[in-house]
Amino acid sequence: MRSQWKNYRRKKRNRDSMKFTQIKSTAVPLPMEDIDTDQIIPARFLKSTSREGFGENLFRDWRYHTENTQNPDFILNNENFSGSILVAGKNFGCGSSREHAAWAIKDYGFDVVISSFFADIFKNNALNNQLLPLTVSPYVLDQIFNAIEENTQTSFEINLEEQTLKWQNSSDIITFEIDPFKKHCIINGMDTIDFLISKRDAIKTFENEHVVY
Amino acid sequence: MTKTLFDKIWERHVVENIDDKQVILYIDQHYIHEVTSPQAFDGLRKRKVKLFNKARTLATADHNVPTKDQHLPIKDPLSRKQVEMLSTNCREFEVELFGLNDPNQGIVHVIGPEQGKTRPGMTIVCGDSHTSTHGAFGCIAFGIGTSEVEQVLASQCVIQSKPKQMRINVEGELSPGVTAKDIILYIIAKLGVGGATGHFVEYAGETIESLSMEARMTICNMSIEMGARGGLIAPDKHTLAYVKSKFPNENWEESEKYYNSLFTDDDARFDVEYNFMAKDIAPMITYGTNPGMGIKIDGTVPTKEKLSSASSMQALEYMGLVHEQKIIDLPIDYVFIGSCTNSRIEDLRQVAKYVQGKKIASNVKAIVVPGSHKVSEQAKEEGLDLILENAGFELRGPGCSACLGMNEDKIPSGKYCVSTSNRNFEGRQGPGARTLLASPLTAAACALNGKITDVRKEIETV
Ligand code: SF4
Repeated sequence: MRSQWKNYRRKKRNRDSMKFTQIKSTAVPLPMEDIDTDQIIPARFLKSTSREGFGENLFRDWRYHTENTQNPDFILNNENFSGSILVAGKNFGCGSSREHAAWAIKDYGFDVVISSFFADIFKNNALNNQLLPLTVSPYVLDQIFNAIEENTQTSFEINLEEQTLKWQNSSDIITFEIDPFKKHCIINGMDTIDFLISKRDAIKTFENEHVVY
Repeated sequence: MTKTLFDKIWERHVVENIDDKQVILYIDQHYIHEVTSPQAFDGLRKRKVKLFNKARTLATADHNVPTKDQHLPIKDPLSRKQVEMLSTNCREFEVELFGLNDPNQGIVHVIGPEQGKTRPGMTIVCGDSHTSTHGAFGCIAFGIGTSEVEQVLASQCVIQSKPKQMRINVEGELSPGVTAKDIILYIIAKLGVGGATGHFVEYAGETIESLSMEARMTICNMSIEMGARGGLIAPDKHTLAYVKSKFPNENWEESEKYYNSLFTDDDARFDVEYNFMAKDIAPMITYGTNPGMGIKIDGTVPTKEKLSSASSMQALEYMGLVHEQKIIDLPIDYVFIGSCTNSRIEDLRQVAKYVQGKKIASNVKAIVVPGSHKVSEQAKEEGLDLILENAGFELRGPGCSACLGMNEDKIPSGKYCVSTSNRNFEGRQGPGARTLLASPLTAAACALNGKITDVRKEIETV
């Protein structure tokens, strides 16, 4: 069974190696719109009680036929496409709040998802896992898809510090938005839970004065 | 400064601003279930921190539980492990748990209100996107991911940015056979699955005000299906009556003062506002693989010009349907009445009343899965169980069931299922399953006729 996953580029990483400021990579295009988290990782694979291993079943029902044979038409099974950037159609990550979707994408080996529009919960989940949801305009998204179509080996460069994106054979430098705190967390590999734990005293004080009716 | 209902609740819960977008938001009520919590509890253990406030946390097992023979050990070893792990975690961290076979167990969004835990003006989260359900009580309630579940366990807070705000007004009287489910399917079809992304939605207008609490929960429940962070409805006398009925002996005076302040000021501004008329809403059905792909039950699948993207072509192929096809009279195989959208006592009453003395078609397998043990009991008390069983429905034990097919309740590949749940995504009810979302009333009519049926016609002939 395992040998079937020949394109499966799972990377084992620790938290420290997950932080990043710059990425240079080719990209995998998935121009479908409204990709929901049930497609990213179907519910029947949510039974694990750890965060690891979800990459194996990323886009499971698109990657494999029902009889478990690989679907050669699906982009992740196409050897011409690789890299740590996934480019997807608008409204990526809608539906269920399962963070398993972000874990699966990260575990498979992607560090960035580019789309013109992300569902809110997915965006938060991605950011909490050092997976960068990078929003571009619909026009830029089209340009990116075209660039990859013309040359599957087009290299993209993302600079998180500067909040810029550019790619080979294009003189444009695209800037993107990210909340300063979230940027800080990714660049420094900072954990939001540790951050909140450091605020526990202030929260206790708030709680003591807060009435819940 | 004029404020929206949302502003009033939000501002009361901000502990601290982190930057100009992100805040630390205090959470009044945290609900937990077995699927999205194990990794969060594990995180607490690794960090060696205790639960911040166990009184504000409540857990139940719902997604994985079998709906048949619930007293026996769960057959699937992975499901069993997840449910057992929830028990272990709740014991270790002293969280109140309504586990399998507990008389209070049920779908997390059904039991919260049922237990009187969900109250107006609260902030509520759960590692589940349909947490928006609780907004029916005038709460800021939204779904979170597992890292955020861990945030709340560790600090009773989440880090959030304030969403934009949208108001959707529905005015006028609903036609016979049209229910809350049709209202929300209609709105989602109009706005699209990403139509409210980045926004919190307030539902208002006389149609909304006329709805029962159950019906309001159905509407708020599906807010997420148009991308909204959540939906809410200002509390009124219906809300107060429901909440007070859970604890009739409590002194409500102070609370009522607060509840009565929970409304949007007259000239408060929304980022976006939509107006709909109840008379334009018909019984709805979906034909595609997202909840926005819905039409009036007697309508046709949109034309090629309207539906030409790769995603929608794939959706039609998956559903075995074609452009401009009528959905009415399409033969169906299954009917599922359940899920956190439509599994409350009112839904069961409506279905039972309609099917009383009738029989479902021989080509259909129909199951009714109550939202909780309490709903189950109530149904039995009212004799609904017999009515449903005599009509040929199979009444199951409570849980999420065929809504997401994590337990054995799956729809076989290629089969059509009219479902009262909230998602018709590819494979949602099992690999290859073809889901058509509809109201409980429409689902019941389809079950009786074995095909897609316009319930309005049936009511006329009664
Ligand atoms: S019933 Fe369905 S939508 Fe509701 S909580 Fe369960 S799985 Fe989620």
